[in-house]
Amino acid sequence: MATLELSGIRKSFGATKVLHGIDLTVPDGEMIVIVGASGCGKSTLLRIVAGLEAPTEGTVRIGGREVTALEPADRDIAMVFQNYALYPHMTVAQNMAYGLKIRGLPKAEIARRVGETAELLGISALLDRRPRQLSGGQRQRVAMGRAIVREPKLFLFDEPLSNLDAKLRVQMRAEIRRLQRRLGVTSLFVTHDQTEAMTLGDRLVVMHAGHAAQVATPMEVWARPADTYVAGFIGSPAMNFLEGRLAEGGHAVALRAGPVLRFADGPRPGPEGRRLTIGIRPEHVVRDGENGLDLALDLVEPLGSETVLHGRLPGGEALTAKLLGAAPAAGGSLKVAIPPAELHIFDAETGRRLDPRD
Amino acid sequence: MSVALEEATPAARLQDDARLAAATRRRQQRERWMTHLWLLLGVLIFAFPIWITLVGSTHDTATIGRGDVPLLPGSHGLENYTAAFQTGGSGRYRSSPAGLMLWNSAVMAMCIAVGKIAISLLSAYAVVFFSFPGRMLAFWTIFITLMLPVEVRIIPTYQVIVALDLFNSFAGLTIPLIASATATLLFRQFFLTIPDEYVEAAKIDGAGPLRFFRDILLPLSVTNIAALFVILFIYGWNQYLWPLLIVNDRSMETIVVGLAKMIGSGDTQNEWNVIMATAVLALLPPVLVVLVMQRWFVKGLTETEK
Repeated sequence: MATLELSGIRKSFGATKVLHGIDLTVPDGEMIVIVGASGCGKSTLLRIVAGLEAPTEGTVRIGGREVTALEPADRDIAMVFQNYALYPHMTVAQNMAYGLKIRGLPKAEIARRVGETAELLGISALLDRRPRQLSGGQRQRVAMGRAIVREPKLFLFDEPLSNLDAKLRVQMRAEIRRLQRRLGVTSLFVTHDQTEAMTLGDRLVVMHAGHAAQVATPMEVWARPADTYVAGFIGSPAMNFLEGRLAEGGHAVALRAGPVLRFADGPRPGPEGRRLTIGIRPEHVVRDGENGLDLALDLVEPLGSETVLHGRLPGGEALTAKLLGAAPAAGGSLKVAIPPAELHIFDAETGRRLDPRD
Repeated sequence: MSVALEEATPAARLQDDARLAAATRRRQQRERWMTHLWLLLGVLIFAFPIWITLVGSTHDTATIGRGDVPLLPGSHGLENYTAAFQTGGSGRYRSSPAGLMLWNSAVMAMCIAVGKIAISLLSAYAVVFFSFPGRMLAFWTIFITLMLPVEVRIIPTYQVIVALDLFNSFAGLTIPLIASATATLLFRQFFLTIPDEYVEAAKIDGAGPLRFFRDILLPLSVTNIAALFVILFIYGWNQYLWPLLIVNDRSMETIVVGLAKMIGSGDTQNEWNVIMATAVLALLPPVLVVLVMQRWFVKGLTETEK
């Protein structure tokens, strides 16, 4: 158990810069989820922490000890791989024991640890099987067991759930969370799945093109996204973005689609007419039969309790709304309103979030 | 048309179905017979020469000497085989006893197979899993040797072996045949299919390069090694030109060379019965290797992944 500190991590593969200076401190026992689209550098970052890749610049410290130049085996970490990487010719018990055997632990100690871990994960009955004879969920559990049995300072997860079917994924997700809480081991979890990120992480690192776009708790990332990328990445269906300009001395925004919305939480800085991007989550859009905006529907997706509507506003901008209950069929139209309290205000040029006293 | 359909009573329809089923059964039976007929024909073509050899090895010299080709076994089997195994042919060319030659061949084939596998496993391991300066150069150097047939290199190789004073020795017999590009290539291709995650997992587990090789790579390669062993053992067993050149000591003669030498071209009568007995003996070890290893690599196929 230990803290993890990354400072100024940069990585280039030849001329291609993959990471542009990542700083991150993970306190003892925290579970950090690194989330981002493919190619954002999240896996590279994890591999640098694991020692499978050397950073071009920057340092990695685990438990206060600088490990940047150390071999993976000397970093006291454990990793769960996307395809589990269980050695096919070894039994489950041998797979779990291999690392301990190499470290030269006495046989009795190895047997005790493997037994306890298997008990913890409910795989005691599988110890003599080979990976090929296991189902996906069982393999996943064995991969976890192999990591836990080492009693490492740091767990690294590289998209470990992406090979499971949807139902099992939800189940294993909860299980990983419970285990991590119980063991209290500092963890780094890489995923491209935002649901996984939201449910697993104490904090999220949203990566975008080699930068950490935002580091915050899941709810904060959702409620106060730092920029338009994060805002669009977290949340499903994705946030709507509308064009607007600063109006009424900074107290309101004039949408291109027509209405002028007064900010609920105070004025934004900048000259009158400053170009803004206004974000509104589909679930925050409401019906308004009287003075709402006309939303011309071109796709309606009923989900049972809710309906997702894709349509266009009078100005031609696309808007997605998620409403309770049934809705008119595609081709029709619906009056909707955008509640000012739910707006996210971003600068149109930089994409950064604009807060009231900015 | 519709009238005909209406007229077909349930009973008539049932009869129709029965006729159809019978026809299908007949066709399937016919197909089975045809398949087996062809298979049988193939077996006959391949097995007949071996049968002739087997039968020939159980008659006396005179029978075959007369030009007869007996199709049924004779009564001299035991004495022919004893003669072949213990003393060798007694005709114009007096060969070494087959027992000794079998031993020589076995040692040579075993050294070649084991040596080739060991060398190519290690060189493929180096080429695939490590990056070092000149890696591709090393690989291409190995690869290029494939383009030179043994016959092209045989004179320089011969000179080297003689200069090293390895003439008439097992080292001289086997070492030049061990350097192998084919096996290296095969292992390289196989190693390339091993997921990087195994390497990384082993690194995190703390396995060094040799441990990874011994604990992970070698067990995963078992099937490939078994298959290659069979091929290489037979390759070594059947070597003719090189043993013929590098050995002139009769006690080092291999069975393939000895067998060829037993067949004289002069006017003395060949002892075909003993020659055939020797040929049968020469056939046995490769067959044995195939049988034993077959069980082994089928086991490997069913028990490891991939």
